[in-house]
Amino acid sequence: MFPSLPGGRAEQTHTLPESRGELNVNPKATLQLKKTTAAAFKGHKRPRGREITWPLNNRSLDAPRRPVLGRAVLPNGRELTPPARMTLRKQLREKISAAFYRHGLLCASYPVPIILFTSASILTCCYPLLRLPLPGTGPVEFTTGVRDYSVPSHEPQGDLGERPDWYRGPPVAYIQQVLVKAAVSPWDSSLVPVDVFRSPLGRVFSLLEEIRNHVHSDSSGIRSLESLCLQVTDLFPGLRRMQSVLPEHGCLLVSPGNYWQNQRELFDSDADLLKTIQKHEPKGLHTSATLRDLLFGVPGKYTGVSHYNRKRVVTYTITVVLSSYDARFLGSLRARLKQLHPSANCSLREDHMVHVHFKEEIGIAELIPLVTTYIILFAYIYFSTRKIDMVKSKWGLALAAVVTVLSSLLMSVGLCTLFGLTPTLNGGEIFPYLVVVIGLENVLVLTKSVVSTPVDLEVKLRIAQGLSNESWSIMKNMATELCIILIGYFTLVPAIQEFCLFAVVGLVSDFFLQMFFFTTVLSIDIRRMELADLNRRLPAEAGLPPPKPGPLRPREVPPPPRPSPHTITLQTPAFRNLRLPKRLRVVYFLARTRLAQRIIMVGTVIWIGILVYTDPAGIRTYLAAQVSEQSPLGDPGGAGLPPHLGVAPVFRGGDPTSTLSIHPAPDPTPLPENQSQGHHGPARAGLLPQAPPAVPQITWGAEDEEGWRRLSFRHWPSLFSYYNITLAKRYISILPVIPVTVHLSPQEAIETRHPQDTRHPPPPIPKVSADLQTDLTLYKVAALGLAAGVLLVLLLFCLYRVLCPRNYGQNGVSHGRRRRGDLPCDDYGYSPPVSEISPLLLRGHSMDIECLASDGMLLASCCLAGQIRVWDAQTGDCLTVIPKPGLRRSSSSSGCWEQRDGWDGVGGATEPECLCSEAHGSYVGIDGLSEEEEGYPLRRRTAPIRPTLFNDQPDLTPLIDTNFTSQPPSHLLSTPPRAGFDFGGLVERAYMEHEPPSPSAYTSPSSASSSPPTGAQLQRRPSLGDIAAALPPERAPSSGPQADWESSVWAMELRGNLIAAGRSSGKLELWDAVEGSLRCSNEDGVSGITALAFLNNRIVAARLNGSLDFFTVEINKPLCLLQYRGAPLRGSVPPSPCYSSEDVISCQLTRSVQCAHHKPITVLRAAAGRVVTGSQDHTVRIYRLEDSCCLFTLQGHSGGITAIYIDQTMVLASGGQDGAICLWDVLTGSRVSHVYGHRGDVTSLVCTTSCVISSGLDDLICIWDRSTGIKLYSIQQEAGCGASLGVISESLLVTGGQGCVSFWDLNFGDLLQTVYLGQSSDGQGVRQLLVLDNAAIVCDFGSELSLVYVPSVLEKLD
Amino acid sequence: MSLTLTAMSDSTVTSGRQQWSGSGQTLQPPRGPFISVITNRTTNLLIRGAMLFSVGVFLALVLNLLQVQRNVTLFPPDVISSIFSSAWWVPPCCGTASAMIGLLYPCIDSCLGEPHKFKREWSSVMRCVAVFVGINHASAKVDFANNVQLSLTLAALSIGLWWTFDRSRSGFSLGVTIALLATLATQLLVYNGVFQYTSPDFLYIRSWLPCIFFAGVITMGNIGRQLALYEYKFIQEKSHQD
Repeated sequence: MFPSLPGGRAEQTHTLPESRGELNVNPKATLQLKKTTAAAFKGHKRPRGREITWPLNNRSLDAPRRPVLGRAVLPNGRELTPPARMTLRKQLREKISAAFYRHGLLCASYPVPIILFTSASILTCCYPLLRLPLPGTGPVEFTTGVRDYSVPSHEPQGDLGERPDWYRGPPVAYIQQVLVKAAVSPWDSSLVPVDVFRSPLGRVFSLLEEIRNHVHSDSSGIRSLESLCLQVTDLFPGLRRMQSVLPEHGCLLVSPGNYWQNQRELFDSDADLLKTIQKHEPKGLHTSATLRDLLFGVPGKYTGVSHYNRKRVVTYTITVVLSSYDARFLGSLRARLKQLHPSANCSLREDHMVHVHFKEEIGIAELIPLVTTYIILFAYIYFSTRKIDMVKSKWGLALAAVVTVLSSLLMSVGLCTLFGLTPTLNGGEIFPYLVVVIGLENVLVLTKSVVSTPVDLEVKLRIAQGLSNESWSIMKNMATELCIILIGYFTLVPAIQEFCLFAVVGLVSDFFLQMFFFTTVLSIDIRRMELADLNRRLPAEAGLPPPKPGPLRPREVPPPPRPSPHTITLQTPAFRNLRLPKRLRVVYFLARTRLAQRIIMVGTVIWIGILVYTDPAGIRTYLAAQVSEQSPLGDPGGAGLPPHLGVAPVFRGGDPTSTLSIHPAPDPTPLPENQSQGHHGPARAGLLPQAPPAVPQITWGAEDEEGWRRLSFRHWPSLFSYYNITLAKRYISILPVIPVTVHLSPQEAIETRHPQDTRHPPPPIPKVSADLQTDLTLYKVAALGLAAGVLLVLLLFCLYRVLCPRNYGQNGVSHGRRRRGDLPCDDYGYSPPVSEISPLLLRGHSMDIECLASDGMLLASCCLAGQIRVWDAQTGDCLTVIPKPGLRRSSSSSGCWEQRDGWDGVGGATEPECLCSEAHGSYVGIDGLSEEEEGYPLRRRTAPIRPTLFNDQPDLTPLIDTNFTSQPPSHLLSTPPRAGFDFGGLVERAYMEHEPPSPSAYTSPSSASSSPPTGAQLQRRPSLGDIAAALPPERAPSSGPQADWESSVWAMELRGNLIAAGRSSGKLELWDAVEGSLRCSNEDGVSGITALAFLNNRIVAARLNGSLDFFTVEINKPLCLLQYRGAPLRGSVPPSPCYSSEDVISCQLTRSVQCAHHKPITVLRAAAGRVVTGSQDHTVRIYRLEDSCCLFTLQGHSGGITAIYIDQTMVLASGGQDGAICLWDVLTGSRVSHVYGHRGDVTSLVCTTSCVISSGLDDLICIWDRSTGIKLYSIQQEAGCGASLGVISESLLVTGGQGCVSFWDLNFGDLLQTVYLGQSSDGQGVRQLLVLDNAAIVCDFGSELSLVYVPSVLEKLD
Repeated sequence: MSLTLTAMSDSTVTSGRQQWSGSGQTLQPPRGPFISVITNRTTNLLIRGAMLFSVGVFLALVLNLLQVQRNVTLFPPDVISSIFSSAWWVPPCCGTASAMIGLLYPCIDSCLGEPHKFKREWSSVMRCVAVFVGINHASAKVDFANNVQLSLTLAALSIGLWWTFDRSRSGFSLGVTIALLATLATQLLVYNGVFQYTSPDFLYIRSWLPCIFFAGVITMGNIGRQLALYEYKFIQEKSHQD
């Protein structure tokens, strides 16, 4: 399983950092990148490229050893040394870890087969689910014969065949409907429309009387309806308004007579029957059964109770609900009714009994908690998957996680079904809880663990290591959950037991899926990321073939087409996860996904579906009615019409049955069905065309047979629910209807008239058919729906316009950080719409600024030209200019005017206070100060000290180099700006190539600048270096300007009013910041000073050769130490101790640690009495400042140290080229946490009290929780922005970008503001950024400095 | 838990508004109003209290619906009115209680000086709320053999909830105390006839009430702590500034 390849760790540790170190160059400076890499790799390309491919394979030998050897890795990153005797727990832990490791390797090695296998097993386990019935709330029917009916027994019987499961035990009730069809016949022209239904309805009372009083007596006794019917006790409390209508006690017997409390008198005295009926109808749209349907027992439009009834037949039912079935009683009732009201042509079948089973119905009330749980579930999933990070496709992985959970649920149900456990619980209800119990935690933990493994490892090793790291906690969690569920199982409540069973099976299958499915998906994802990563950031190796896959990975995903090697593509704005405000994000989301339209569309579809579903009969019958309406007018043949749809045939009153029916029919045997049909058929054909319907004819068709089918399927449940009886999961038996035909004579109709009935005018437009009226509601509903939809669209549109800025859409480039060119801004980078924060530009340097130091009050900067300027950090005044020896003054004087321009633009608050003026161009250096006093009287407040100082100044006039202009300045300017403050990679390369190094080797006389030499410079002038000698600048005047060119300032620190400058020549100089005089210098070392730390009275200098020098600054007049600088000048300035100018300051080397590190020191930080150095040799060392004794050597990084943060609270954070960030305890030297956060170097690190902020070469800013080491979130920046960081307050982060600084809210990662520093859009990046105590930010911007005040923070200070 | 969601989006919106206020102010005028509002302790307390109150009212309504369902499985058409079928003052009471509990928990944490570190993330809080609703659901839907069984089951579930999401001693003791007090108060109310159970089975309600109260206290405490996390950050920042 483990690939056995030659190679070892020793080689890898050398080659890998080197390759990464080269990437250390900030990618934003593409120009320089090209140059340096081209120079650096000349002649090195091939071997390096091959070396790159090695470590991918080599690691595989080395990494598996870890778990096998038992060196388990604790969560905090500390390695356990194998103890002599391991406890059982540890052994177990190790075994688990090793097993997981092997499993991870397996998964990552064979992704495709494993995914196939997993899918197959999921499908297999889900197969039994096919047998489960599909969910639905519609009722289920079962038909049995009436004749041999007996109440089914409770016990399931064997050979029942088609009997459904629910058909057990007695039904809730038996429903006996008496279907009454009544008509006044023959129709008389003297009759008013009300007569159509008044007298037919009046007949209901006599029928009711008949039914109620029916008694059947035979040998077994006397039975009446009272003894058989379903006795109801009380209406449901919430139904007060139904009280008058529905029977409150006694038999549940429902008929239209209920409208009038079953009292004929009330009916007779009712002036307006329709109004009474309508009174109880609910307003608005309703989907369940209405009271009218309940009482009439037929759908409203079939009752015929309306003024526009053209057929003049009234239909209604008397519904008797029986609790027990007595065939004989019912038979006698049927016979009696039939005898009384014979239905001549009735052909209804009477031998079938329909049992209707009702599913559990989900009402709105049940839906609300269900919806709530689902909302909670989605919130849970959202918050969980949001934490997935550092992967190629976040959404893909989130989807995989959800799929894992869902399919594990399906698997559990399937498995339980397979083993004979049928789910009785409502799946929809328990599902959210199952998901919550199973949880997404493991998946997230796995992801986090895998992505926090070193990125330079091979994919499968990363997977394996990540798995094994988390194996113990995963197993522990799983065991805990199983225990909890087991406890639940012992509650012995069947429902809970079933739930627990599901949960257990779900947990196990979830574990299985996590291990096989998710891990594999993760490995594929990470592999994709690696490939994309490789493609994106391998400019130097672009020509080389991609790294060979390991032998166990025969099928490699072909790399996607890579961009051209030297351009670093910026991600499209959509994928950059700039933290926009939530509000905007929501709007963008809506706009992007066209959510509103889709929701409206889906809503419309659902709404239509509901309409169709709840009233399926409505449309069908509407169509039928349409057809039947046409038939009398149109084709008499009625060609394809089924017989039962035909309208009433018209007879001219001579029909024997109709005449017979007026009298109580003595004929007990109705005509056989065939006969009556045959009789009517030809009659209809012959008579239809001409005759208007004069005699209402009552027909019985197949649709009457089971008339209840036309009712809403909620008809019976709602009827029973009024009496607090549920039909859910139970069934009712519907007995065959008893048809009753009633014919009334016109006289009878007239007699029963209410006096007011005749006053009703005849319907004005009788042509407006009933169909049309019923249709009107449909149209109304449609119109309402349309209007609602339009309104919704308008509302959303308005919302959209309100929430969304106007220019959204036109200005599609950027949302958060706007591009430079888009802004309307004046000449000084002041752009009102974007920000009220206006940067104060400090101009004066002629070249790019190299070093920046501040102590809060003063600000010192040093440019490539070697000029040091001191500024007032409060106002931005230029206080002092320390020119580079040998440079001509005029170069800086021009800068002063720029500076003044800058101030004017900012608001004219400050007058030009440049210390040098163009009028005195011949004056140089410090002499300019005195001249300036006369020119600008306002500056006198600073003047009093100075004249006295000039006496002990060295005469600097010889420093003037009048020939400066003759030197071609072009190459100075063309010197590309260095890409980052971190010059570790460059230094190392220079160091490696010139071993043993001599500082003089770096000199390049032609470039009057700069900083550690770049490879390009070395390439250009390799031989000239020996010319210049390392001479201290004090002697420079005497030895001529040439001698001092090489010693540029590499490091600078500012404390009090002392500037400590470390030069490339290895000389340490102390300058007075206010006066610009050199106070002392030390040239004990010869190697260039790469970093300086100035704390109290100690200066620590790190040199290029890896040595560390401790200096002590001694002041000979300690009495003056307490003088407060600035107090006489500005009253509001908080005092800070400083050195008086009278003091004689000496700087002595107290100790020199020669071999502090094997490799160049890249970072040096000092705080809290400690000095911390980070080096290319992968270690961090902590020294005590007092005695310069090395306290700890911290090992843990697998790359050179690139960033270190230490503050007064002794928190030490270090970041390396391996992308790892370690937090250390300075007191004990132990590692607190160790996280991998970046692909590439960590470029800077800042801590607040609660979090650690890191930025890397991958342009990602990561925010970590300091105590737990959990990544809170990350911010993807534009390319080349992430080098500089600063924390202004606990929640305000500032980052430098291309010509701008951005402020971020640390709590939420939102971009608060972007401040553009200058107008020029040439993309000069901010490389250094200092946060001053007064909540101002200083950053370099090409040759300028920018002082940015943050108003909100400033306000808080006040 | 849409309310919590909105609450959270609210609190994130604040940062957006912070931006507005930041850009709306120039250098000299007073501080951005929103920062000051957020950092103002009283206002923050009020905001949190309002959030917790609304969450409490919402949960009370929904859970009441669950309990109503236990008695009636099928509803008459006018369902919506049954949401408010219980006394009108019950949801506000629940809201007030949850606000108090949600504010009390972080307060006690800070008083005891042991900040709650266990699972401080929204997904865990969501899980907790879901389990709480689930416990209610179970108590409403599952038919138990007797009241003792119901009580024991619910107690086990509640303690499981505490163990999974809280695990702090202060949380446990506070939960038990409040649960007992609330049960006592409810019983007193019932005894005095102010409040009536819909179910005639008196023991049934008395058996699940303490457990539900306990679980609710744990849940609200969890939410309150999570909300306080934001305030904590702001306060921290402010103190840092000072």
